[in-house]
Amino acid sequence: MNARKQEVTAVSDDSAAEENAETDGGVRAYTVRLELVDEPGELLRALAPIADNGGNLLSIHHERGNMTPRGHIPVEVDLESPPDRFDGIVDALRDAGVNVIQAGAEHYGEEINVVLVGNIVEHDLSNTLSRIEDEANAVVRDLSLSAPNGTEAVSSARIRLAIDSGRSDAALEAIRSIGSDKELTVVEPLLGGDTA
Amino acid sequence: MKLAILGAGDVGRSVADLAGEYGHDVVALADSTTATVDADGIDIEGALERKAGGDALGSSDPADVFESEYDVLVEATPTTLGDAEPGFSHVERALEADRHVVLANKGPVAERYEELRALEADSAGSIRFEATVGGAIPVLSTIEDSTPQAVTAVRGVLNGTANFILTRMAAEGLDYEHVLAEAQDLGVAEADPTFDVDGTDAALKFVILANVLADGGFSLEDATVEGIQSIPGSALDLAAEDGRTIRLIGEATRDGVRVGPRLVPENGPLAVTGTRNIVQIETRNAGSLHSSGRGAGGPETATAVLSDVGRLPPL
Repeated sequence: MNARKQEVTAVSDDSAAEENAETDGGVRAYTVRLELVDEPGELLRALAPIADNGGNLLSIHHERGNMTPRGHIPVEVDLESPPDRFDGIVDALRDAGVNVIQAGAEHYGEEINVVLVGNIVEHDLSNTLSRIEDEANAVVRDLSLSAPNGTEAVSSARIRLAIDSGRSDAALEAIRSIGSDKELTVVEPLLGGDTA
Repeated sequence: MKLAILGAGDVGRSVADLAGEYGHDVVALADSTTATVDADGIDIEGALERKAGGDALGSSDPADVFESEYDVLVEATPTTLGDAEPGFSHVERALEADRHVVLANKGPVAERYEELRALEADSAGSIRFEATVGGAIPVLSTIEDSTPQAVTAVRGVLNGTANFILTRMAAEGLDYEHVLAEAQDLGVAEADPTFDVDGTDAALKFVILANVLADGGFSLEDATVEGIQSIPGSALDLAAEDGRTIRLIGEATRDGVRVGPRLVPENGPLAVTGTRNIVQIETRNAGSLHSSGRGAGGPETATAVLSDVGRLPPL
């Protein structure tokens, strides 16, 4: 595996990875944990220095219900940037008075989406999810369910999973076997090549 | 080259029609019941008119084709699975007579690849089969030019009917049965669309690709195949939420063949729309190559046949 490939697989949003796969020097994914004061406009103020310094926002987990011991709101920001610009982004955040708790730790490597089709609800959705977490070694980040004909008919679910880098094939294999146990069609992402 | 064409469906007829443009003569043309044979070149227009009018192609027996003075047998009879007959025997007979064979029929190359190659090794003739994979798209010749050893995988969309159905489902939010009926009305799907929608047709093409990459070893039963019949409109909606869509994607490597509905980026290269086909050839030294175009149709597929004829060495 060459260096560019590794960078690409480390990026958490793979459609963004595709766009940037050919960028000179490549981009890397970073996770930044911030603490914000619970005041209007704080989030926007914290995000501006990222874009202004060449970072590309991938996702924001704004844990409003959660408070840090100091009474602040923790926010986790996933972004990608060329490696040589990342320090500049963190500096700019600190210059703007944003409290950066943790920077640069890539605590999960890859995210993949799968779509399940079948009698999802009837076949115990929560059991399906916990089996995916256990057997595929994945964390379910997000679930979207569509049951236009009611939950007793065929429905679809899209599940966004965080998995360790390099484990996507094994994880998908585990999900396939859960799918066949539960008579669900598993629509997997196409990995490999420049397509994933 | 002098061509003998077996099969007078869309592809066989188009090969006859276009052969002259590519500098070749047609000395025989046969369907399953009759044939027309003439060492000086058959009357192509007349034969095609008779066929279109429902009359016999000619007064000869289809078996007489093998007695004609042809250089290249064009095998364009319908694809059959399993023993791939009668296509396989046609190829065998031509190779044993030291003639070249160009196939548009997928059966023999997908199901009995090693046997074909063994027959070819004992013959002065060679076999080519560009038309079996991706219609007008130069897939096998691209692999040949890159050398098969340097190709690590081939992926893509090689069934226009299934792709049309998924494209329409995503665009209109309709369910499979509804769009299938529409596709049948438009003539995009056949009355019996089973092989298109259950993945068999695409799988045959990817089996052929795997055989080329690995120099044999695969047939349809080695492929893992899933169709699109169980994909509801809601699955496409969910995929779209995340900038993805679902396509019937095949993958061929030296390790195996897999065809099934997969999530691909909505604006990515593999998400071709309508009946269009695409292949992505992943190479060791040159990254990925993408080639897209019409994967079916008489004249389109005939161009692949005639390009193959042009690549054959003189006998």
